[in-house]
Amino acid sequence: MSVLLSVPGFLANEPVRVALAVGGGAALVCAVVGCATVMRRQSFAGHALADVSSAGGSAAYLLGVNPLFGFLGMAAAAAGVMEWADIREARERDLLTGVVLGAGLGLAALLLYFDATVRSVSGAAVTVLFGSMFTIPASIVPLALAVAAVALAASAIVHRPLLVSSLSADLARAQGIRVRAVALTHALALALAVSLSAMTVGAILSTALLIGPAAAALRLAKRPASAVVFAALIGLGATWGGIVLAYESFYWTPGHGWPVSFFIVALIFCAYLIAGWRAGRAGVRRAPHPSGCEGT
Amino acid sequence: MTDPSMALAVEQVCIALGGRRVLRDVSFRLEAGEFCGLIGSNGSGKTTLLRAILGFVRLEAGRIRLAGHSAGTGLIGYVPQKIALDPGLPLRARDVVALGLDGARLGPALPSRARRARVDEMLQAVGALEFAEQRVGLLSGGQQQRVLVAHALVRRPRLLLLDEPLANLDVRSTAEIVALLRRLSRDYGAAVLLSAHDVNPLLSAMDRVIYLANGSAVAGRADDVVRTEVLSSLYGYHVDVVRVHGRVVVVAAEASEQIHAAVARNPEHTAPVP
Repeated sequence: MSVLLSVPGFLANEPVRVALAVGGGAALVCAVVGCATVMRRQSFAGHALADVSSAGGSAAYLLGVNPLFGFLGMAAAAAGVMEWADIREARERDLLTGVVLGAGLGLAALLLYFDATVRSVSGAAVTVLFGSMFTIPASIVPLALAVAAVALAASAIVHRPLLVSSLSADLARAQGIRVRAVALTHALALALAVSLSAMTVGAILSTALLIGPAAAALRLAKRPASAVVFAALIGLGATWGGIVLAYESFYWTPGHGWPVSFFIVALIFCAYLIAGWRAGRAGVRRAPHPSGCEGT
Repeated sequence: MTDPSMALAVEQVCIALGGRRVLRDVSFRLEAGEFCGLIGSNGSGKTTLLRAILGFVRLEAGRIRLAGHSAGTGLIGYVPQKIALDPGLPLRARDVVALGLDGARLGPALPSRARRARVDEMLQAVGALEFAEQRVGLLSGGQQQRVLVAHALVRRPRLLLLDEPLANLDVRSTAEIVALLRRLSRDYGAAVLLSAHDVNPLLSAMDRVIYLANGSAVAGRADDVVRTEVLSSLYGYHVDVVRVHGRVVVVAAEASEQIHAAVARNPEHTAPVP
């Protein structure tokens, strides 16, 4: 029966409950970590981590272990390498990120080929790359929520030093902030967020959940705390809304529903457009300089 | 040794970066509440010296003493050169000042009345109260400079370092920022060391000037330092210090002759690129 007619029926469905829990956790973590990532202009690095994590997800299917471990391991390793390289120049950092991204996806291509040929896991490629929320095993929920809690705690702990470092590393150093330790903590939180997001909407689309709600929220918010709240609302709304719509879609094309990831990403995209339109109307981004202080 | 009025003592400091000697035997002192200009052209080592005072750069020789605390403990106020404040950042001017107060602390910031009062007081002191609620990236250059000064001063440091704070400001904002820093250094008893490539906007405000050239420094009162003999010996060739309508112009007559002579000898080196 349609979710619109039977909410208890919808919630009694175990794959739905698992999707709501894991997806909700991922959306929340991505909102918080995503805001800091966008402010630090590390969106591309976030995307690269997600792509590299797909190799971990593919390896997990090959080895028959929990895919979250796979995503997590590869994302954390890539984050570590990228922070360890400690490149300050934006152009070089983009180059390194691009090369790491390519290498990760290449490895994923090989492992997914083995998944299909050696292990005969059907659909591993689609699941790893584009997600498959209704097939997430219930056994993952405690681990996923634990990962989410660690990522949220890490973000909350370093959030003020991280804000100062995003203004200027020297400014942060002058205040006695250990800039590299803070950046590393954020990179690990980013790896956790990306791996959760890869579990939910797939490695390729996980950037959408990480960057989309944050980017929309940053257009609307005037202060960091409200940006995080907006991003969390948009991310949760899109994820849970996507699950509801995907559930509904079983009735649109009888026999096979549409992918959840499509709905989630579509809702995030709409939120981003609406945020841009609202920000334009409210003049948040284009506020004129107040007169009477300095000339231009 | 322990002099209560001393804010900063730089003693025979030598610094090499990448094998190249940048500063040699630089010495000067700053007293509490003094306003001091650090003057030199691009590449003369101004930024390096400020970074050394902050403890970011290793000294090859000499030492740097600070009043009552050492570098790297966050008790020096610092306004770095050219911070690009992105208009997309969801940070109000007020948030930037609050980050100056407790940005190094871990964990979430809890709202407190005392915290807000200190931020408000600082915003008022730099004349930034009226745009305190605006996104900092949308403010004008002079307004952003005020916010960054408030960020640096809100913890009441004994020493405030500013790296080229007057770059890219129009004439009026330049005069306003200089007057503001002059007043704050007296009100807060903080020594202010400000780097600039032009001495003129600072002439009437400075208690002391440090001129950097060729890796060396001369320090003293502006009237004693900005003179033909002193600057000629610092630069290593004859320059004329000319005063016109209360402004100073440093003219390197011989240097320009040498350049002309070099061009005449090696015209192909200076041929225009097609």
